[in-house]
Amino acid sequence: MNMQNEMPAVGAVKVYAAISGVVILLMMLFGLVMRMTQGQILPIEPNVFYQLMTAHGIGMVAIAGLGGSAVMWHFLGKYVNLRAGFAWANLAFFLTGVVLVLGGIFLGGFAAAWTFLYPLPANGMGMWGKHAAAAYMGGVLLVGVGMLLFYLESARAIIRKYGSFAKALGWHFLKSGQDAPPATVIASTVVTIINIIAILIGAVILTMMLINLYVPEIAIHPLLAKNLIFLFGHVFINSTIYMAVIAVYEILPKYTGRPWNVYKPFVWAWSATCLMVLTVYPHHLLMDYAQPLWMHIMGQIVSYTSSLPVLALTLTATLGSIYRSNIKWDLTSALLVLSIFGWSAGVIPAVIDGTIAVNQVMHNTLWVPGHFHLYLLLGCVTMILAFTNWIANKEQAAGFSGLEKAMLWVFAISAFAYALMFLLSGQASVPRRWAVHLPEWLAYSQVASLFAAGVVISAMAIIVRAMGGIIRPARQA
Amino acid sequence: MYQQVAWIVSIVLIALLAIAFFYVVKHSGREGNGAAVAAATGRWRGRLLWGVTLLSIPVVAYTLTELPYARSAIANLGTVEVQAKGYQWYWEISQTKLPVGKPIEFQVTSADVNHGFAIYGPDMKIVTQTQAMPGVVNVLRHTFEQPGTYKILCLEYCGVAHHSMMTELHVVAQ
Repeated sequence: MNMQNEMPAVGAVKVYAAISGVVILLMMLFGLVMRMTQGQILPIEPNVFYQLMTAHGIGMVAIAGLGGSAVMWHFLGKYVNLRAGFAWANLAFFLTGVVLVLGGIFLGGFAAAWTFLYPLPANGMGMWGKHAAAAYMGGVLLVGVGMLLFYLESARAIIRKYGSFAKALGWHFLKSGQDAPPATVIASTVVTIINIIAILIGAVILTMMLINLYVPEIAIHPLLAKNLIFLFGHVFINSTIYMAVIAVYEILPKYTGRPWNVYKPFVWAWSATCLMVLTVYPHHLLMDYAQPLWMHIMGQIVSYTSSLPVLALTLTATLGSIYRSNIKWDLTSALLVLSIFGWSAGVIPAVIDGTIAVNQVMHNTLWVPGHFHLYLLLGCVTMILAFTNWIANKEQAAGFSGLEKAMLWVFAISAFAYALMFLLSGQASVPRRWAVHLPEWLAYSQVASLFAAGVVISAMAIIVRAMGGIIRPARQA
Repeated sequence: MYQQVAWIVSIVLIALLAIAFFYVVKHSGREGNGAAVAAATGRWRGRLLWGVTLLSIPVVAYTLTELPYARSAIANLGTVEVQAKGYQWYWEISQTKLPVGKPIEFQVTSADVNHGFAIYGPDMKIVTQTQAMPGVVNVLRHTFEQPGTYKILCLEYCGVAHHSMMTELHVVAQ
C-alpha cells in the first residue's frame, strides 16, 4: 500500500524549485534594502520602502507556498498518482497573479502591506488608486485559485489511494496499530485540508474587498475582515512549513539510514494540528479589545498548544535520527538539520508573544519579524534550499567541500543573528513596518544590515550552485 | 518588565536548544545501537512533551489572571475618560494632560483605517497598547505611575506617513 514510486524530480518540480530559489534571493535583497533604509545607510523614500515592504511580505508568503508545494508535490507523488497538469495550472495562475501583484505595487504604487488590512487598500491617500489595489488583490486571488487547484488535486489523489482523509491521516492506525500511512501522506493530508479551508476564506474576503473597492456602499465590518484575513494568512503561512518539513521526513533518512517511522503520537500530533492551526489565529488580534474575550483566551491557550505536538515530535525525531547514526554530512543534510533548529527556535519567542500580557508590549514591534524570520528564514526557507540542493544533486548525497561548509556557516550565523537583532529591537519597543526609525533605534538596523548582507551573499552562493545543478541536466538532454 | 522577561526567557531556551543540537551533531559520527537510540529518543520526547506541558500550565494560568481588556460595562469611580481617534496620519486626543496615579480610560477608535494606539513611556518603551479600528471603540485602561512625557506611536501600518503618526501625553503629579 505504501510502496514508494521512486522517480527523479520532474519538470514542474524543477521549475518550482528554480523559481523559488530566484524569488527567495530577490526577496532577501528587498529585506537588506529595507534594513539599510531603516539604518539610514540607504536614502530610500518612504513610499518606495512601503512598496518594497509589501512586495517582500507577499513575495515571501507566495514563494514559501510555491517552494513548499514543490516539496509536497515531489514526495507525495511517490505515494499517490498526481496529475502533472494541475502543477502546471497552479504555476500558470501563480505567474499571472504575480504579474498583477507586481504591477499593482511597482506601477500602481500599491503599498498596503501584504496583509491588505481592510479598509487600507481603498484608502491610499493619493499613494495608490483603486485599480492598483484591485490589481494587487486580484493577483493574490489568482495565486490562491492556482493553489486551490493544487490542493484539490492532492485531495483527489489522496482519497483515491487511501479511501478517505481519515485513513490518510492514519486514524485506523490508532485503533489497529497496523498499516500506517507514510509521514509524507499524513502531513500532506493535513495541509490539503487546512489550506483548502484557508484559501476559500481568503478568496471570500478578497472578493468582498474587491467589490467594496468599486462599490464602497457595500461595506465590511473591519473586525470581521481582520478575522478572515488573519485566519487565511496564518493557516497559509504555517502550511508552508508543514509542506517543507516533508523534505526532512523524506531526505534525512537517506543520510542517516534510519527510517522516519510513523507511530501513534505522530498521528495524534498531526491530527491535533489540523484543528489547532485553524483556531490559533486570534493571537494576531489580542490587541483588538472589542474581540470577544473567549477568542482572546483561546488565542493564548492554543498558541501554547498548537506548535508543540508536531514540532516536539519532529525535533526529537530529527535529533534521534542523527545521534550516533554515522550520518553523511553534505550541504543538503546540514541545511535540513539547521532548518529544524530554526523552526524550533522561532517557536519559542512566537509562543511567548502569544501570551496576552507580553503581546500588550510586544505586538507590532520588531519582535514579530524576529520570531517569524527564525522559523521562516532559518526554518522554512532553509528546508526549501535543502530540497533544491537535493534535486540539484540528483537526489543523492554529495561531497561537502570547504567552500560549501563556509557558505553554510555564514548563512546559519548571519540568519540567526539577523533574527536575533529583530528580537532585540522588539525588546527595545522598536515598531515594525516603519520606514524611518528614530535616532535611538538606528544602531539596531545598522547592525542587522550587516547580517542581512551575510544572508544574501551566502544564500546567493547556495542558490546559484543549486540552480546550476537543476538546469545543467536539462541542457545536456 | 515583560519585554525583559520575554527576551531573557527566549535567549535561554534558544541557547539550550542550540546546545542540544551541537551535542547531537558532535556525536553523530560513530554509529551506535539503533534500537537503544530509538528508545532514548522516545524517553526524551516524553520528557520534552511533559516538561513543556507542566511548565506551560502555570504560566498560562498565571498570565490569564491579569487581562488588559476593560469591560465597558464596568464603571470605575474616578476614572478619567479620554477619547482618542486615529486619522491618516495624526491623532486627535480629547485630553493630553493627564494625572499620575488615577485610572485613565482611553476610548480608542479610528476615522479611516486601522491604526495602533501604543503608549511609550519616557524611556521610549511601550507601556500599553490597543488597536484603533474604524467603527469599533477599544477601551484601554491604564494608570500612569510616573510623571513625564509619554508618546503615542501608531503601531498598525496605515500608509505612507505611518511612521510620522506620533503625539504626546503629559502626565503630571496632582
